Amino acid sequence: MDNIYYYLNLLFVETYKILFLLIPVLVSVALIVWLDRRVWAFVQKRRGPNVVGPFGLFQSLADALKYIFKEIIIPASSNKVIFILAPIVTMTLALIAWAVIPFGENFVLADINVGILYLFAVSSLGVYGIIMGGWASNSKYPFLGSIRSAAQMVSYEISIGVIIVNVLLFVGSLNLSDIVLAQQKIWFVVPLFPMFVIFFISALAETNRPPFDLPEAEAELVAGYQTEYSGMMYAMFWLGEYANILLMCAMGSILFLGGWLAPIEIYPFNIFPTPLWLILKILFLFILFSLVKAIVPRYRYDQLMKLGWKIFLPLSLTWVVLTASYLFYFDLLPTN
Amino acid sequence: MKISRIFKIVFMIDFINGLLIAIKQVFKPKKTINYPFEKGKISPRFRGEHALRRYPNGEERCIACKLCEAICPAQAITIESTEREDGSRKTTRYDIDMMKCIYCGLCEESCPVDAIVQGPNFEFATETREELYYNKEKLLDNGDRWESILAANIKADNPYR
Repeated sequence: MDNIYYYLNLLFVETYKILFLLIPVLVSVALIVWLDRRVWAFVQKRRGPNVVGPFGLFQSLADALKYIFKEIIIPASSNKVIFILAPIVTMTLALIAWAVIPFGENFVLADINVGILYLFAVSSLGVYGIIMGGWASNSKYPFLGSIRSAAQMVSYEISIGVIIVNVLLFVGSLNLSDIVLAQQKIWFVVPLFPMFVIFFISALAETNRPPFDLPEAEAELVAGYQTEYSGMMYAMFWLGEYANILLMCAMGSILFLGGWLAPIEIYPFNIFPTPLWLILKILFLFILFSLVKAIVPRYRYDQLMKLGWKIFLPLSLTWVVLTASYLFYFDLLPTN
Repeated sequence: MKISRIFKIVFMIDFINGLLIAIKQVFKPKKTINYPFEKGKISPRFRGEHALRRYPNGEERCIACKLCEAICPAQAITIESTEREDGSRKTTRYDIDMMKCIYCGLCEESCPVDAIVQGPNFEFATETREELYYNKEKLLDNGDRWESILAANIKADNPYR
């Protein structure tokens, strides 16, 4: 009898924790969509959404409400099960990755020892949602879009993986909290600045953001893998996409910008709660994401592949060798 | 490849310049307006919603000459007329199908007595098609509502006609 109570208690506590994480993430996804549109508009000297709520903050909620009431159209020739599954997979994968993101010391849902591997694996799985959506639509544009997306994400994941190896050489642990704590002396963005730039660009490609938004290049492919989707299913794709972008920003700030650590550990900076710093860093990276979206034209597909395979991969591999040699020569390799 | 070009590519000079320009633009004043709350300036010649005007004593200006009906390229105007007791010719029916209308302004140009005019109002969207079949009553009502602006516009545009 006690056992049942124990497990029920555990279940409730964990559910509570998950909701405590999930709801802020979903709300911030809605706000981040608004921010994205707003920054994009400001660069073009427009006003952007500013009517719904203060400064238009509730625009995304209004959009979501519209999507909920819209009809979901399932094409007659589609594979219905996979068609319905695809947006669910995309959104779920984008959200479960947040389990390992540390917001402070011991302020993390799942403090697993292979956190970065888990994060990397989950973000790589994200491509399945897109491929499933594109294939199940049984239509040419979604199919072409999903093929492009698969090739693009696989190519850039390799360079992201190698960049992560760079960071791990400094840390000596796969635990995300350890990675952040290893940056107490100096953020990894300083010794690994070129890697940070490459990580940022690869993250753009990984999340299908401009200039690498070829999977949904509207001039050629209508809307890529989202073409046949409507209503709430489209909104789920959209939610998953932005949750992924947010995740990539979080990953960038944990790997390079010192996660939850304050920039300087002196009086006015260290009184703030630690999650604030992580949120500020994520916001900074995201604003960079949207500024890039506003200023760059779309890459051609062969240029994209050339950049991924011929430039980023050799560069990051070389940098791994350099980092390893440096650490080995000066005897700085972390010992656990 | 020139050294300077390689330098530019490796350090992403052009990209950073672009980013700085973008950030500069963010703080500049906006070029767009808050449309439903503030509206852009409209020329006196603006060709918006139609209106039938009256003389200051309340008499309709329209003399049912049917020049507007004849010139209307979209054939959106239908006029029927009759002789009134005082011997003047007046319309009994003046319909404009706003769905057909192409807002070319030829009716306004052709009118010898400035009766049919196109006003500054462009926000007359409706939810049904029927509401856009304007009859004489609706047009006269429009004329009464917008008269001050219509008269001012005609006066402002007069030197150029």
